[in-house]
Amino acid sequence: MTLLSSVTGRLTAAALAFAAPAVAQETPQPGGVANVAIQPEPPGLMLPLVQNAPTQRVAGNIFEGLLRYDADLKPMPQLATSWDISDDGLTYTFHLHPDVKWHDGEAFSAADVVFSADVFLRETNPRTRAILDHVDSIEAPDEKTVVFTLKQPFPAFIQAFEVGTLPMVPRHIYEGTDFYNNPANNHPIGTGPFEFAKWDRGSVIELDKNPDYYEAGKPYLDKIYWHVIPDAASRAAAYENGTLNVMPAGSVENFDIPRLSEMDNSCMTEAGNEYFNPFAMLWLNNREGPTADKRFRQAVMYAIDRDFAKNVLWNGLGKVPNGPFSSTLASHDDDLEPYPYDPDKAEALLDEMGYDGEPVRLLPLPYGETWTRWAEAVRQNLEDVGINIETESSDVAGWNQKISDWDYDIAFTYLFQYGDPSLGIARTYLSSNIAKGSPWNNVEGYENPQVDKLFADAAVENDPDQRQAMYDQVQQILHDDVPLAWIMELAQPTLYRCSVHDLITTGIGLNDGFKNAWIEQ
Amino acid sequence: MSFFKRFSQNRGALVGLVILGLVALLALLAPFLYPDSPWRMVQRPFLAPGEVSGFWLGTDVMGRDVAAGLAHGAWVSLLIGLISTVVALAIGVPLGALAGYFGGRVDDALMRFTEFFQTIPNFALAIVLVAIMEPSTFSIVLAIAIVSWPPVARLVRGEFLSIKHREYVEAARLVGQTHRDIIIKQILPNTLSPVIVLASLMVATAILLESSLSFLGLGDPDTMSWGYMIGAARTVMRQAWWLSVIPGVAILLTVLALNLVGEGLDDALNPQLARAR
Repeated sequence: MTLLSSVTGRLTAAALAFAAPAVAQETPQPGGVANVAIQPEPPGLMLPLVQNAPTQRVAGNIFEGLLRYDADLKPMPQLATSWDISDDGLTYTFHLHPDVKWHDGEAFSAADVVFSADVFLRETNPRTRAILDHVDSIEAPDEKTVVFTLKQPFPAFIQAFEVGTLPMVPRHIYEGTDFYNNPANNHPIGTGPFEFAKWDRGSVIELDKNPDYYEAGKPYLDKIYWHVIPDAASRAAAYENGTLNVMPAGSVENFDIPRLSEMDNSCMTEAGNEYFNPFAMLWLNNREGPTADKRFRQAVMYAIDRDFAKNVLWNGLGKVPNGPFSSTLASHDDDLEPYPYDPDKAEALLDEMGYDGEPVRLLPLPYGETWTRWAEAVRQNLEDVGINIETESSDVAGWNQKISDWDYDIAFTYLFQYGDPSLGIARTYLSSNIAKGSPWNNVEGYENPQVDKLFADAAVENDPDQRQAMYDQVQQILHDDVPLAWIMELAQPTLYRCSVHDLITTGIGLNDGFKNAWIEQ
Repeated sequence: MSFFKRFSQNRGALVGLVILGLVALLALLAPFLYPDSPWRMVQRPFLAPGEVSGFWLGTDVMGRDVAAGLAHGAWVSLLIGLISTVVALAIGVPLGALAGYFGGRVDDALMRFTEFFQTIPNFALAIVLVAIMEPSTFSIVLAIAIVSWPPVARLVRGEFLSIKHREYVEAARLVGQTHRDIIIKQILPNTLSPVIVLASLMVATAILLESSLSFLGLGDPDTMSWGYMIGAARTVMRQAWWLSVIPGVAILLTVLALNLVGEGLDDALNPQLARAR
């Protein structure tokens, strides 16, 4: 790439360690093209309908939410320039940016916000629906003001306006149509800094700069190409030879990360992981088969060598969780005893329940080599304690389908945490969130009225100490019940050429789009 | 000259037979040499061959014993090669026999059907079939059989066409033998030699096909095969070349051996055609 080859060596040393902060003072230069790896190819780009991680990564450039969040998860303005929360915690008023336009030229207004939240996302996104259950009414008193009135205080509500959770949907295109079959789904229209240009399936997704973007001068890049390269070694080679200049987490093999990050003019950061903090889990089908038995599920926790996976498969990056809450959440219970790797105990539990060797299906996550190897390791761990495993294969769409239809026994997944248990964690365990059709809700079918009540009460509890007491209790219950197996808090290292600046400026990381990114020419 | 004497006149065929015997021995002994699952993580990952005693071929990306994988993979490769060839013969021989024996419309119909399969590239069709049926040993065997029977059908048909007007067949017909008897007892035994030669080569092709499918990640995810080993090691070529090369050499030797044996069989079964050596 000519853009990259013109970069001189003077950058490399200085930028290696402190890329983002050190160069923040420099003046951004317009122009340039980002060539980014996307792995795997997303099943679609209509973010309000599809929530796979690769979709969020690409479509975060096309769509926008009302707010963004910094690395401490404090809200920052985006489509909303300012906001007020009433003292009783019941009324949230957002003042929208005055001159935002959709990519097709229509003006963005408060009516779009009401439509997106109250109509579209309530229907299509179960996670957003669960959040909006706290909302009594959404009103637009004028063109540029939106008022959310809550039924009861819900302190985490202000964390929920990120693009993946509450993306804005164009009302003039979707109102009154069949959302899932609207032709615009193939050419998504948003308000973001980049517009959808074209998608050659299996090859490249092309986004063009939005020339009418409402933040003057931004974005700086002319284009973003998202390259679909299914083979990890080819992706690494494409980064080395300069074809790609940004490698989001998951696009290179973990054992390749040290080698690639030590190259000249190559930077690595783990920033941008704060909001999502992806949590790898095994869905265990609580409804039927051996996995319906609590002792079997506990046996799975004892049987899996999680440290092995971390050290060998993830190159030591990431963290073995001690329970259902990830360690970066404020409400995480540090005293919870993690399940140790103890195959004998697992075998004892299986004997106790009288497991008879009934075959158990294992569905790996088709997100690349590391996940495939991980599934092999888990299968071996489980077979070592006498569980009879049959591995299934599928592509991403098939995986979505099987999980949404509850057609699995054990399945790999990873889930975003969204900064607060009531946003990212409760959704996985609330019995009210059991519904076919989404791979991201309570698909394991866990039902426990006590857990339902604790999550519900904690979400609306304004007193931090009482809230913490409830969350401690719920963590203990879930820890003992093992509705699903918590296997790893994933690290999210992003590799990029050091000439790319301001790539990650929020706690949402690359999923927040390339609005601020620029390339030193 | 006896069959084996003619066979052993071809030096290459003997070498092939020895290699094949060793691979078969390895496959048969795998459960005794490596009673543990070849998927088990037993040592540090990325051990070079011989780096730690007891792991003479080293370990792979997850610390699994490459030698154990190779032994268990031999069993899988040979078994899939043999079974899928048998299935392909079971489809191809009857179809070819019927087409060649009855001729006319039967022949037309069956041969158009055969050509339908012949026009689609083998490997592409196999990929599609496995992807549709979901990868498993069963679907892989079936897919390989489905893509490899057409040449058998054509070969058997050709033989039938040339034999069916011989005098002994006419005689059988005259004494009132049924079509079934004539096909099975009179003609079929005399078409066997070229079919046997073809079958030995088909086993080799089947092993290659299975390896290619596994390499692409379309293997049975619960079966350790050579193709899988190469596929999984492909991304670490730079760090650990031996992980790809060792199973690659195994495939090379086995397929070469089968080809050599096939040539030897050809010589032995068709003495008139045997080349001067």
